[in-house]
Amino acid sequence: MPTTQVEGIAISPLLWRYFVKPLTEKSEREVANLEDDDFVVRTVMKINSEIDGAYVFSSGKNMGAFKGVGNPGEIARFFKIEEYDGYIWTGHTRFPTNTPGWWGGAHPFTLLDWSIVHNGEISSYGINKRYLEMYGYKLTLLTDTEVVTYLFDLLVRRHGLDIETACTALAAPFWKNIDDMPNDEKEEMTALRMIYGSALMNGPFSILFGHSKGLVGFNDRIKLRPLVAATKGKTVYMASEESAIREICSSPEKVWSPRAGEPVIVELEI
Amino acid sequence: MFKSLSLPEFLAKIDPVKCIKCKRCINNCGWSVYSWGGDKVLIDTFKCVNCLRCYHYCPEEAITILDNPVKYRKNANWGYYNIRNLKKQADTGGIPLTGMGSDMPYPVLFDSLLIDACQVTNPSIDPLREPMELRTYLGKKPAKLEFEKAKGGKSKLKTKMPPQIKLEMPFIFAPMSYGSISLNAQKTLAIAAKELGIVMNTGEGGLHEDIYPYRSNIIVQVASGRFGVNPDYLNAGVAVEIKIGQGAKPGIGGHLPGEKIPLDIAKTRMIPVGTDAISPAPQHDIYSIEDLRQLIYAIKEATNYTKPVSVKIAAVHNVAAIASGIVRAGADIVYIDGFRGGTGAAPSVIRDHLGIPIEHALAAVDERLRQEGIRNEASIIAAGGIRSSADAAKAIALGADAVALGTSALITMGCTVCGKCYTGNCSWGITTQRPELTVRLDPEVYAERLINLIHAWSHELKEILGALGVNAIESLRGSRERLRGVGLDSHTLDILGVKPAGR
Repeated sequence: MPTTQVEGIAISPLLWRYFVKPLTEKSEREVANLEDDDFVVRTVMKINSEIDGAYVFSSGKNMGAFKGVGNPGEIARFFKIEEYDGYIWTGHTRFPTNTPGWWGGAHPFTLLDWSIVHNGEISSYGINKRYLEMYGYKLTLLTDTEVVTYLFDLLVRRHGLDIETACTALAAPFWKNIDDMPNDEKEEMTALRMIYGSALMNGPFSILFGHSKGLVGFNDRIKLRPLVAATKGKTVYMASEESAIREICSSPEKVWSPRAGEPVIVELEI
Repeated sequence: MFKSLSLPEFLAKIDPVKCIKCKRCINNCGWSVYSWGGDKVLIDTFKCVNCLRCYHYCPEEAITILDNPVKYRKNANWGYYNIRNLKKQADTGGIPLTGMGSDMPYPVLFDSLLIDACQVTNPSIDPLREPMELRTYLGKKPAKLEFEKAKGGKSKLKTKMPPQIKLEMPFIFAPMSYGSISLNAQKTLAIAAKELGIVMNTGEGGLHEDIYPYRSNIIVQVASGRFGVNPDYLNAGVAVEIKIGQGAKPGIGGHLPGEKIPLDIAKTRMIPVGTDAISPAPQHDIYSIEDLRQLIYAIKEATNYTKPVSVKIAAVHNVAAIASGIVRAGADIVYIDGFRGGTGAAPSVIRDHLGIPIEHALAAVDERLRQEGIRNEASIIAAGGIRSSADAAKAIALGADAVALGTSALITMGCTVCGKCYTGNCSWGITTQRPELTVRLDPEVYAERLINLIHAWSHELKEILGALGVNAIESLRGSRERLRGVGLDSHTLDILGVKPAGR
């Protein structure tokens, strides 16, 4: 992986980037009748959980993750980020809360073309993790944010929910609101909460979910973390604080704070 | 000649200065401890069970009930109850019976588990200011939700939800039959269940017509005696439960003697008056897991697939594999009763020495069902020694969807866990059919106390959720990460799937 020496980043892991095509004739793949994506996910889990010291941080076709321990400018220069073009960018820096910073534990957390950056903490991590483990996900990165990426992978790619429904499952409306909904919607929401109760993400969060076709920003159900969205022309900006948006877009046309649990879903215009 | 060589357990005493000779103690005692001696109350302390009915009804606080200071000689090996039970058996040649859950000092793992709380990095949530959700649905959940395109391009729910029991809080009342408890006790449970939006369970004694109005808050039970079972009964509640076993007496059946089968119980159980009501140890049409599947589907057919079917088992050594089989056989709910669970009557030797605690059983079952990818196929109810909202929270964190309360509910009706339910003399009118005793238990009055208890526990659960920084019970359910063990060995921690405190 192309990197450059940066003052301030004294040590870094050995970073390798491979362009691979999943083998079709792998016996384990044929037995389980795995699609390419399933096979990639399974291989990522296998490497991360079974090979000591080796981690796959990025496994997308149309998505790349650049992450590490250092301040964001240093990391960007280290990865020579100016050499890449992209139509969606997410960035993140954090004060390591519950775990000391390490290269694997930095945001984003990615799988296939899904990427998550997260401000906050998933207090329901314990049950979210056990729920995902039932579906073969192995949680190895020692941090709560990892579950968000895998939950989107499970709900959207494997269960076929649309992104809005998936967001609704993860930050579900309260029963008192569901009880007042029209019958069809009530039935739908009740079923969603019953089936995806273990996927409900509880605790403070604002999350940006990037994928090859768009960007989603959303909050926990009682908005314990801030989220601000803004637009200018055809560009959408989202951040925890408005100041971050104004840093790169000094005069947005529209700025708003989404309501708790209501996702801001941006689709790429093709 | 002596009365008995087994010592009385308690000394009932009346302060002669305070006593006003009102005879309330004589009237209230279901055990005939007190009698009138012409000028004072006489006491037969051998009969006292320390149920404290007399104490509470004595207007002068003249009564005290003490542990009998006369004991056998101290011996670290031959304890008091070893010697006493042996002497009782020498008196009678029989199997000593007992009631309620085991009182033996086995370790209670709930008391070695501590719950997490939020500090700094994750905020706690104030349940007095923010919504806190306890609503729980019991039943089979599909693995995923599917939508289809409806007219106009709108997406419409395609997945058909299997029948569920809706609970406003994750508590249910444990099965206690009419026969083991009084009709008034059952009515108390039914009134409270309805008011609270939860459910009670008929137990195996059929459904009395007075309970029919509470049908949307009732689980009907089918046990080995098949008492009172017919198509109307199966359809009378919100779910049907097949009882395979009971935590207090795994592997053995039940026997309600003919003297305790008056007309009303006979009608409810649909057996002749005065005949023994025998529940065989096994269900005589279930000798394998395939047979269980047949019964589950026979019941589903009879109820037109509108009611979840629960299977209740005692927690025994191989409980995880058994539960897996039950789920695969089609059960929508698995009810696990730990060995500390209560009973109206069981041989002491069985109650105190067979089975395993609910904590181990629940942890093993939840983990096994997850490993097999079928945890969503059935809900788990944990029972057998839930004494507080903290026990409930810990059971839910270990993986239970809801907990069942038997003894806790009876305690609100006056029960002091004296353990003499099998005698039918309960002075509080709970585990008796003697009309002069059952009339004491006013269902309206005592339902209020039971409702208070469940409200209190619900508030406490919400406080716990808030401290954990979550606002829905499903974020605690199965979240063993939020539990830590204190003083537990590594095997036990491994079985519970819980880290030691400090890690």
